[in-house]
Amino acid sequence: MLGEGILKGLTETAKNFFGSYFSAERLTTVEYPEQRIAPFEATRVFPFLVYDAENRDGGGPEWEAGLRCVACQICEKECPPKCIYIEKSKDKKLDYLGKAQYYPARFDIDISVCMSCQICVEVCPFEAIKMDTKFELSTTDRFGGLLLDREQLAKSNEYYHQIHSAEATAVDAKLAIEKTKFDAKAKVAAATAIAKAAAVAGEGA
Amino acid sequence: MILAETKAKELEGWNRQAVIEPKGDGELLEVAMGPHHPSTHGVFRMDVALDGERVIRLKPVFGYLHRNHEKIAEGISYLGSMPYTDRLDYICPITNNWAYALAVEKLTGQEVPERAEYLRVILGELTRYQNHASSIGFLIQEMGASGTPLMYAFREREKILDLFEELTGARMMVNYMRFGGCRVDASPGWLDRTRKVVAGLAAFVDEFERLLAGNEILMARTQGVGVLRPDLAVNAGVTGPMLRASGVNYDIRKVDGYGIYNRFKFRVPLGDHGDVYDRFMIRLLEMRESIGILEQALKEIPVGPVMSPTAKLRGFRPKPGEAYGRIEAPKGELGFYLISDGGPNPYRYRVRPPSLINLTVLEDMCLGHDIADVVLIFGSVDIVLGEVDR
Amino acid sequence: MTIENPIFVTSDQIFVLLRHWALSFLPAAWQTIAGVLLSVAAIVCIFPALFALTTVFERKGLGRIQNRLGPNRVGPFGLLQPIADGIKSLTKEDIVPLSADAAVHFLAPVVLVVAVFMGFAVLPMGRNMALVDMDAGLLFYFAMGTSTELAVFMAGWSSRNKYSLLGAMRAVAQMISYEVVLLLSSVTVVMMAGSLSLTKIVEAQNHYSFGFPHWYIFTPWGCAGFVMYAIAATAETNRSPFDLPEGESELVAGYHTEYSGFKFALFFLGEYLAMFSISGLGTTLFLGGWSAPFLFLTWVPSWFWFFSKLMLSIFVFIWLRGTLPRLRQDQLMNFAWKFVLPMCLLNLFVAGIWRFLGDGWLRWMVCSAILIVAYAGMGWGEMRRGKIGPRSYRYAE
Repeated sequence: MLGEGILKGLTETAKNFFGSYFSAERLTTVEYPEQRIAPFEATRVFPFLVYDAENRDGGGPEWEAGLRCVACQICEKECPPKCIYIEKSKDKKLDYLGKAQYYPARFDIDISVCMSCQICVEVCPFEAIKMDTKFELSTTDRFGGLLLDREQLAKSNEYYHQIHSAEATAVDAKLAIEKTKFDAKAKVAAATAIAKAAAVAGEGA
Repeated sequence: MILAETKAKELEGWNRQAVIEPKGDGELLEVAMGPHHPSTHGVFRMDVALDGERVIRLKPVFGYLHRNHEKIAEGISYLGSMPYTDRLDYICPITNNWAYALAVEKLTGQEVPERAEYLRVILGELTRYQNHASSIGFLIQEMGASGTPLMYAFREREKILDLFEELTGARMMVNYMRFGGCRVDASPGWLDRTRKVVAGLAAFVDEFERLLAGNEILMARTQGVGVLRPDLAVNAGVTGPMLRASGVNYDIRKVDGYGIYNRFKFRVPLGDHGDVYDRFMIRLLEMRESIGILEQALKEIPVGPVMSPTAKLRGFRPKPGEAYGRIEAPKGELGFYLISDGGPNPYRYRVRPPSLINLTVLEDMCLGHDIADVVLIFGSVDIVLGEVDR
Repeated sequence: MTIENPIFVTSDQIFVLLRHWALSFLPAAWQTIAGVLLSVAAIVCIFPALFALTTVFERKGLGRIQNRLGPNRVGPFGLLQPIADGIKSLTKEDIVPLSADAAVHFLAPVVLVVAVFMGFAVLPMGRNMALVDMDAGLLFYFAMGTSTELAVFMAGWSSRNKYSLLGAMRAVAQMISYEVVLLLSSVTVVMMAGSLSLTKIVEAQNHYSFGFPHWYIFTPWGCAGFVMYAIAATAETNRSPFDLPEGESELVAGYHTEYSGFKFALFFLGEYLAMFSISGLGTTLFLGGWSAPFLFLTWVPSWFWFFSKLMLSIFVFIWLRGTLPRLRQDQLMNFAWKFVLPMCLLNLFVAGIWRFLGDGWLRWMVCSAILIVAYAGMGWGEMRRGKIGPRSYRYAE
């Protein structure tokens, strides 16, 4: 009969109206900023550089000394909107493995250009750049307020554990494995060097 | 082009209906709807010539959102184009990614592991569901109803977007597919949560149907409006739910069987009239079919790797050649045509945008109808300006 | 508690008593005029306050229907939102187009609001609480209600904008068509009550049998009449699903395109007051006005019942707005002239049969049967004629 569909529609809306007082399913508003939804583990917003607090080679502030980035510039090349700008340093410093590596004298990310695609994280071979979760970054300075430099981008490994705990634990495990492999290789190399030196000395004597 | 002077000329071209003759001798009222308009789904303009309330001529004008996507792709690597494909049809980023990944995999002959194929199907069907829900919601919103069905559709969409964020890190611009699989594996926890969400999706389609499908006002406004004849649809290259609503049985998931779609049992709903009501109902029925596919895929998903071990992420140079990868995107046939000249960047990168090609028949559908119907017909084509303009 | 109980009489007649007490301070010569002014002031204060409250309720009601909260930041539960909206509309620049007819442009919202306020004069808001107890109250009401259409046309014409004019013409055409329906559905009530005076119509409904009231909505012709009155009322006040003249997603933005600031707020006020006024009349004609629904509830003051029924009608308006898409203009007019009007005329006929069949179950059966068969038949015919109806779909494997 004419009007039946309309009445069915009206009952649906009435159900939703009364349901909104009783069930959370029917009232989905989250009153930001007083209430916030907890971010997911994998949430990504803008990149940041990881530094290890315990890795210090020489003086300087903690974040600068422990920066994992070796300025290989792969992320700069792969970034689709080209928002990363890196200047390699002239000297080298030791990384967590003990190898001498370059470091970035300048590492700028323009987060007004960055599209949070996270390709830089994917292609970094050194686990040096990761995705942050902070998004309340608006600023009134429109000539550089959104251009983050090295210091603003550097955040500690502890912070990384806070925001992406599972990922950070996996990264730490991977780096620990690499360190043990590297140490084992170094020990073997040192042992063969000693053996060779002893053999040479033995021959000489 | 002056609209009023084409009152009685025969138009060259393919299969056009005769131009509707205006009654009487007066001037036609020429109106530009948009680009600033609450119902144009983005920045889009329609130059309409009216005789009273009837549409005599309609010219769509677009390009307001052109962002040089295809040219940018020639300047960056294959991997770097992937996040840009997210932004084509920005309501369905997963299917855009998938089509591009398919094209590159065809170009390089790359294999994709089983689990990755299943994940692709699961995410693709979730995308189809939320796209159809939003599309129906927007259509009803333009009809009045102060946005109630839209809010319900978005409530469901939120659940799906939460799943996407948990898996890929972003709600919309997911950047998830890679050439040779998927970027990130899904945890068993995610799969359980997806099963829970999928279990609730059917109830929503029922609620939507109860709210709308028998509504007399809706039927009066959409039945018989914007009829698209099947021969015109086929000749114009229209694909997707618009084509199936006109009665043509063409679903690329069945025709090509890309990925592992030939393992799933699902039906393809077809309409008989090709009007706005049919397009709206076909999308509703396709939502139900998507739920069926999702349930099957979630049951059968195997364990295994999600990236092929031979896949290279960066710095790969495919051999010179060309490939066309196409999928059944929620809006129609989304295809990527790539020509490689052996370098790290594509030589030519072309997107076949279903929204744009479906739009070419807008004038034919609107002729003779009232101006109030133009908005509905336009909404039933279901376009996204990011795809039309790229 | 019987009707003569003094506590009941005081609470029921409290406004009348207050008025008497206030007037007793004035010399006798001034008392009539002062009395009228006092009542007018009361109406002018109460109904806009109710309008302010209704705007909040509408937004919160629509929000709850759509699974979201409405405004809730300004004041507790958002109840001070109308103050914020009022300040906003008062501080906006008042733009008058250069080529507009300035005097008419200024007067249009004023005429609208004044005409709508006049309609409140004859509504009996409680026992002995009609501002003016006219013998032809219903006629006066309809005369005032039709003047609002003049204001709409003034607005569209004076703007010198072809789209405003088109919008105004469409709105006026819609309002005139549904005015006929409104009148015809009220005529049945007049037939039954035997008087055009609204107070007498309410008193005719204020009887109870077996505890149930004799409201006209509980009769077959009254129920049909009420439904048609409700449809016409929705169309008269340009509410969903008949709000094409002011729809945002249409080409023509409506007759109040060229209005900004306070004048626009006056149009808004006029529309909502018209809603109150028409709901008030519908309550009076069909829902028993200020009479209580059950015999044992007659101790509750009469003005409480009147305003409760009024607010209930408003909630139904909001409910309709949140659910139904709008009808196209030609469908709207077709619906009025080809479906509702014939049903209205049939309703008159049925009301006559009701009167002349006398008391008993026979008249219930006959009247209900005629109305239901006619409705089903005409509904089926409408759907068939427009070739609309539910469809089934085929699938390909």
